[in-house]
Amino acid sequence: MQPTSDTFKQNATQAMADAGLQQALAKTKPMLVKKRRAAAEALPEFEALREAAMAIKNHAIAHLDFYLETYAAAVERSGGVVHWCSSAEDARQAVLKICTDAGARTVTKGKSMVTEEIGLNHFLEKNGITPVETDLGEYVIQLRQETPSHIVAPALHLNRADWEESFRKAHTDLPADRVFAERRDILTEARSKLREKFLAADVGITGANFLIAETGSSVIVTNEGNGDLTQSLPRVHVVVTGIEKVLPTIEDTLALLRVLARSATGQDMTVYTTFSTGKKRPGDPDGPEEYHVVLLDNGRSGMVGTEFQDMLRCIRCAACMNHCPVYGAVGGHAYGATYPGPMGAVLSPMLLGVETAGQLPNASTFCGKCESVCPVKIPLPNLMRHWREREFERHLQPSAMRSGIAFWAWFAKRPAAYRLATRAAAFGLGLLGRKAGRFRSLPLSGNWTGTRDFPAPEGDTFFAQYARRKNRR
Amino acid sequence: MSRQAILGAIRRGLKRGPLPADQRQMLQTRMAAHPRHIVPSRGQLPAEERVRLFMHYVEREFGSVARLPDLSAVPDAIAIYLAQHNLAPLLVAASHPVLQSIPFEQTPLLRVRFGSSGADDAVALQHGFAGIAETGTLMLPSGPARPVLNNLLPDHEIVLLQAEDIVGSYEEAFDRLRLAGDMPRNVMLVTGPSRSADIEQSLELGAHGPRRLHVLIIDGES
Repeated sequence: MQPTSDTFKQNATQAMADAGLQQALAKTKPMLVKKRRAAAEALPEFEALREAAMAIKNHAIAHLDFYLETYAAAVERSGGVVHWCSSAEDARQAVLKICTDAGARTVTKGKSMVTEEIGLNHFLEKNGITPVETDLGEYVIQLRQETPSHIVAPALHLNRADWEESFRKAHTDLPADRVFAERRDILTEARSKLREKFLAADVGITGANFLIAETGSSVIVTNEGNGDLTQSLPRVHVVVTGIEKVLPTIEDTLALLRVLARSATGQDMTVYTTFSTGKKRPGDPDGPEEYHVVLLDNGRSGMVGTEFQDMLRCIRCAACMNHCPVYGAVGGHAYGATYPGPMGAVLSPMLLGVETAGQLPNASTFCGKCESVCPVKIPLPNLMRHWREREFERHLQPSAMRSGIAFWAWFAKRPAAYRLATRAAAFGLGLLGRKAGRFRSLPLSGNWTGTRDFPAPEGDTFFAQYARRKNRR
Repeated sequence: MSRQAILGAIRRGLKRGPLPADQRQMLQTRMAAHPRHIVPSRGQLPAEERVRLFMHYVEREFGSVARLPDLSAVPDAIAIYLAQHNLAPLLVAASHPVLQSIPFEQTPLLRVRFGSSGADDAVALQHGFAGIAETGTLMLPSGPARPVLNNLLPDHEIVLLQAEDIVGSYEEAFDRLRLAGDMPRNVMLVTGPSRSADIEQSLELGAHGPRRLHVLIIDGES
């Protein structure tokens, strides 16, 4: 996708005015929060499992070179091929070569954010290969030529009417006057359309939620079963995934699985959790004759040993965006990057450069909700703060903002001056606004007073009141 | 070469070269021992409670369950299920020795073919390697006797599971799988029938896989 993160502010303003988007967000967001809470509360061990999950990922990343080599050797023993790819371009070329060698004309795809990250669909199309997204949400997104607005629920921004409209437009072989009485009818139509595609595809491409060094397995989780059909029916299965997904053992993976679905959708377990190990074996009635793993770096190795290393723990559950007030207000597309929400605000400056995506770490109230629900306890607000510091150091913000921050910093470093100035301001503003109790407009504060009143201070600062109360006790 | 570039960058980040032999050995030992992490207490129940918890979670996840005394009760149970869902008395069954020992000849109206499900089969019978009580999950490893497609293509999947194969936790199921030999090509953990919540986050059953999942639990000795 063409990133539009550099116009985040305009994107956000448009998103807030988009009635359809606001309707979709208002409907779904409370459900996502409620479901996750119910699932976490139903398992007394949940908090202890988050600790374990964090420790397992930390261990895996501290020995990432060893586990990747062990994993690759195990894949090769099971008859698979590993393609190490430093860049998005390397990964695209590797997938294209596998498809060309297989003489592929159509490929089915399970849901994969890494293939979004490398813009695989567009690239395959340009090279004469038709990719077909098979996850229901990804399918409608592909019909609409959009990008996912959420990493787990890609069509979160759509309402039912949008689905119906897209299906009528795309499936012109079906009667134009057919009725979609229920949501189920939409699902049934997609099921029958995609069945044909599953059976006809030459290559199936999936992502991976985890890779297991011990066995050389890739693990996917899906509720629909589309990932399994994608990897079981075609002659060739290609797994496209990031290097940070590797875990030592099956038991380590099970610990992560116990927090993944609960954090993502509030399910105890996703319907299909599938471990794939190598190619079809002698006597197997089904399975792919070729099994490839495209291992993508694309900047991940550069995060090891930096303040962003914690981000490599991310298991892409989307709990952070489901709970984020900013995501909840503007949706995923406003971020203008493959990964939206708090995790995207940390990852995107790394993937796209801080010049393009530097605004995203600023799109946070630092309320801390994301960190408090993260199943692997990534300190997301802290990581966003690191990006803000880098952005400041590189003089990327507008000069008004820079001088504002510098002005504030001068006072913040001089407590006596700070208190004097704030007391004077509180006193002055309190006096001026004593009658109305609020201001309809204030100089230099148009962005605030444009949409709401500014309350008048009640004559004194927090510091002063706090000091007085403490003395009273 | 990309492989060396990626590994080199990781090592630079970790501020070390390739791991020394003793540390590699330690990590090998950890992998060989594959230690368990926290296993939830609800995954550690005695046998009968375990079976009941398994049934509870299968039903909560929109599957259905019938408990049968022995294999001779299976043909009737399947015939009843098919009739209840207005399905033709046709079935494709995995070529598993246990399924092959079911006395289907006593229910002559039920026609059974052994092998892999095709795109037109409405109902498939599968043999469950293990049931996992903690979440009502079935473990279905691939192999000559367990076609993966029986879990995916039909509208209805019926899984036969011996009560003695119902374990408490995922870890126990994988321990049994390790004892049975090498990691199979494909291991599916299935928790209820296929579904999607992609349309307005509202749950609809029957996305791409089976619309219904029915588990037959056999109590008798195998």
